Amino acid sequence: MSEKLVDMLKTAGFDVLSCMQCGTCTGSCPSGRHTGFNTRRVLRDARKNKAEVLSDDDLWLCTTCYTCQERCPRGIPITDAILELRRLAVREGFILPEHRKVSEMVMECGHAVPLDEETKKKREELGLEPIPETVQKYPEALEELKTLLKCCKFDQLVAEK
Amino acid sequence: MTKLSLFLGCIVPNRYPGIEKATKLCFQRLGVDVSDLPGASCCPAPGIFKSFDKATWLALASRNIVLSERLGRDILTVCNGCYGSLADANMELKRDPEMRASTNNCLKGIGMEFKGTIEVRHIIEFLYKEFGPERLKDYIARPLDLKVALHYGCHMIKPSKVRNLGETECPIFFDELVEATGAKSLDYTDKMMCCGAGGGVRSGNVAVSLEMLEHKLACIRRAGVDCIVNACPFCHLQFDRGQLAVNERFGTDYSIPVLHYSQLLGLALGFSPDELGIEQNAVQNIEFLAKVYEISAGLR
Ligand code: SF4
Ligand code: SF4
Repeated sequence: MSEKLVDMLKTAGFDVLSCMQCGTCTGSCPSGRHTGFNTRRVLRDARKNKAEVLSDDDLWLCTTCYTCQERCPRGIPITDAILELRRLAVREGFILPEHRKVSEMVMECGHAVPLDEETKKKREELGLEPIPETVQKYPEALEELKTLLKCCKFDQLVAEK
Repeated sequence: MTKLSLFLGCIVPNRYPGIEKATKLCFQRLGVDVSDLPGASCCPAPGIFKSFDKATWLALASRNIVLSERLGRDILTVCNGCYGSLADANMELKRDPEMRASTNNCLKGIGMEFKGTIEVRHIIEFLYKEFGPERLKDYIARPLDLKVALHYGCHMIKPSKVRNLGETECPIFFDELVEATGAKSLDYTDKMMCCGAGGGVRSGNVAVSLEMLEHKLACIRRAGVDCIVNACPFCHLQFDRGQLAVNERFGTDYSIPVLHYSQLLGLALGFSPDELGIEQNAVQNIEFLAKVYEISAGLR
């Protein structure tokens, strides 16, 4: 990674330099209550251009609840900046295996959570069609989806490097 | 009134079809024109796709939006995640010509074009703005004698700068819709806290996700409610299926019923629990089921 993290964030519209390290974000974080995840430190380390910010699995402990972003006295879009850091991490190949599986599921069937037999039965009990009116029912819709994913080179992005 | 298309997403049709049924029944009763949205896919899930790649997120979201543009209908979502993903994509594509051009370049490959002609709505925001609690009361056939722990969830109201649904520390509009059904929305500690499922945490770090959930469940139990009400099938799944996982992991014995608002409203409009899929939840609380059947039969 040659470019500085803080500059990449800035290009994406996130100025983290105005952070005054007050810790309101960390104190608001539901995930940080139960783990070592520390929102303020993520921002500080990004500022210091520490490459570990991207490789550290902690980056994936944020539920994107936006509480920190709402409360930051400096108005820093913290959650959106975390999402940007994640996108940079993914480009470096840092993807949790479970997340890779979910994206493969979408590539395969158009849903993150695919239909199963149990739910088909539940649908029929309710008087609904067993197969819902989604991409699962229309092969041509699934083809459209696959074309879009290919156009975005998504398969290459999530492929194991 | 606005014509809508029902965007199902993944969890509603593929895990909790009761929410699909309840939404259709409620909107029919309220006289709102809601169609299917054939061929729609995953929104796509913001926790994964927005975290991975912006271009892919926009391409998949815009395809769903264009399907509804072709019908000339606004999109109705019944999920905070789908709402966040689709409303954000719709907004970004409407205001950023560059992003729109590159997304349309991709859409061209499947004969589509994003035109920016429709809005994305969330069931709660829609009911609040188009009906409001007072008008909704006119439709109530069975006032619900229930005490409720309401869970707003995150992405319906946040980020507040773009959602425009008021402040996020202590909102009341959703509570008002709950109370329009006759139910009582009780206060509880950390009511506005996340359920712990979002951002890819439930899929990627299930232990942490369940710890957050356990904290919420403990707060809710202390409040002494009949059920939890949410407006998001992912929160719904976390509270319902996650509750069993919490019991297994922490040796607890939670058995708190979970309803999506469409199911709560459906009961109050006079539909029966089995029409609304309330018995299809993972949490099976016999006492609660007996109570809602009594309400629906007009016995209490
Ligand atoms: S709340 Fe804002 S200013 Fe305070 S530490 Fe967090 S990012 Fe910095
Ligand atoms: S958005 Fe993420 S970092 Fe911010 S408070 Fe929520 S979980 Fe913590």
